[in-house]
Amino acid sequence: MAIESASLARPPSSGRALPSSPGARLRRWAEREAIFSWLMVLPPVAFLLALVGYPFFYGIWLSLENRPVAQPGTFVGLANYLQLLDDPAFWQVTQNTFVYTIVATLLKMVGGLALALVMNQHFRMKNLVRALLLLPFIVPTVLSTIAWMWILDPAFSVINWILIHTGIANPGPSWLGNPYLAMASLIVVNTWRGLPFYAITLLAGLQTIPPDLYEAATIDGATTFERFRYVTLPLLMPVIFIVTMFSVIFTFADFQLVYVLTRGGPANATHLFATYAFDIVMGAGQFGLGAAVALAMLPPLALIIAAMAIYMRRRDE
Amino acid sequence: MTVERRGWHVRMMKLWLPLGFFIFVTLFPFYWMAITSLKPNQELYNRRIMPLIVHHPTLKHYVDLLTESNFLLWTWNTLLVAVVSTAISLLFGVMLAYPLARTRFPGAAMISFAVAATYLVPQPLLFVPLADIIERLSLGNTLTAVILTYPTLLVPFCAWLLMGYFRTVPRELEDAARIDGATRLQVLFRVFLPLCTPGFISAGIFAFTLAQNEFLYALIFLTKTDVRTVPVGAIAELVKGDVFYWGQLMAAALLGSIPVALIYSFFVEHYVSGLTAGAVKG
Repeated sequence: MAIESASLARPPSSGRALPSSPGARLRRWAEREAIFSWLMVLPPVAFLLALVGYPFFYGIWLSLENRPVAQPGTFVGLANYLQLLDDPAFWQVTQNTFVYTIVATLLKMVGGLALALVMNQHFRMKNLVRALLLLPFIVPTVLSTIAWMWILDPAFSVINWILIHTGIANPGPSWLGNPYLAMASLIVVNTWRGLPFYAITLLAGLQTIPPDLYEAATIDGATTFERFRYVTLPLLMPVIFIVTMFSVIFTFADFQLVYVLTRGGPANATHLFATYAFDIVMGAGQFGLGAAVALAMLPPLALIIAAMAIYMRRRDE
Repeated sequence: MTVERRGWHVRMMKLWLPLGFFIFVTLFPFYWMAITSLKPNQELYNRRIMPLIVHHPTLKHYVDLLTESNFLLWTWNTLLVAVVSTAISLLFGVMLAYPLARTRFPGAAMISFAVAATYLVPQPLLFVPLADIIERLSLGNTLTAVILTYPTLLVPFCAWLLMGYFRTVPRELEDAARIDGATRLQVLFRVFLPLCTPGFISAGIFAFTLAQNEFLYALIFLTKTDVRTVPVGAIAELVKGDVFYWGQLMAAALLGSIPVALIYSFFVEHYVSGLTAGAVKG
């Protein structure tokens, strides 16, 4: 395997004189390792630069402009950000986003770990069960959320029907009309959708733990809990960490669930950064201010990603 | 005998009860979707009728959905966009992943970092500038707008997944082909890529489900009924002001889920291996 790449790049007929027509020279040039690699990566890199890199910086520029819809923008410096600092709705949105992300992530983590441990036993039709349990993650979120919208409907909620007919409550709460219940409902639906991803990934992690570690711990007299605490958990930690980071990022930037279930209401109680930015841009037509709201997501996200990078690097060493 | 019975109890508590709970919670919304779509309106909107089963099933909502709305057109749009953007993403994914996994070149570390960072950029961060850019390119209300923007979410993902897969493929065959005089492109197409079919299926299925799931860009870029995708069409046109066409909404949700669910059921193992690859091998 120690073949030098330079010698590999030589054409097969190396005994004879190298052909030197322009076409052949171009072909030999493209065979060089670095040139070949760059020619390959250039189109996708250009594509991502044009549609991710450029919009990213253009978004920062927009956030510094006063830019009503369909009108040329005027540069206003940090005025949009200052306006947000004075906007109680913005602080409400910030608080909502953090509550939503932290609670939903904790629920997914604990529930996902529990489900993974349950699934990590031998039973019949395990593959079928695993396929069924992943369904919420596969089915387009908006479509499954439509079912939840009907489950939580103010007049025809099936939960309320059960509450009424078991005599627990009459008429039953308005799940999406009360600020606290609306946030709780969103968290439940988000957990329902994201938990399978946790569970199946952690299950794959559990299956990489060698069984002799458990045997050794059992021989040493470890109880079930101790085996979990001192064998399973430490070995599963890297997987838990990565799954949590992914989950935090995509929960933090969630849009679909809130847009379909509550549109941010009642009275901004469930607006997240993404839906609030959407309202400001699409509803009020203020591109600059909306871009500023969206960019407010960046510092927390950057912190999470930096933590992830540092953790991965430490683990690789 | 006693030992056996005790074992049965333990298994009930540790396996079947919790598993039953998770399966019930997971599947109930789908059950609800299915039975609601089959209920006639007088049953749907009557609080005195027991709602847990269908008393007089009807296909009226399905017929209405297919005849009164543009559902079939939305389905066609959704599939077209998902297939084209998946194909673009696989192509670009290979172009990124093969050099990053197999060759050494200056800037490789920077590119793989950039790909990972792009993967972690959530859509809501970019939708404001993208809306403006699409508007300036006069691509509003064309499927091109979403076919161009979906790969920005899918390419980094495909590249990442394929890179992991490529690293598991032994190099010997490629080296042998190189020594026999094959060019780099010949090695890639004739020797390497045919070995990677499972990797492509994983990445393709995953990209396809992500594309079907996308909502924000479609909602912003597609505001006319004949270019809409299923999720946007359902939310925008089966809810009129305060009036929700619940039966049709549920029928749309169910029918709209079927393409993804079908493909997923054929390739479940590939999907799971793609899902867990990043985190477990990482």
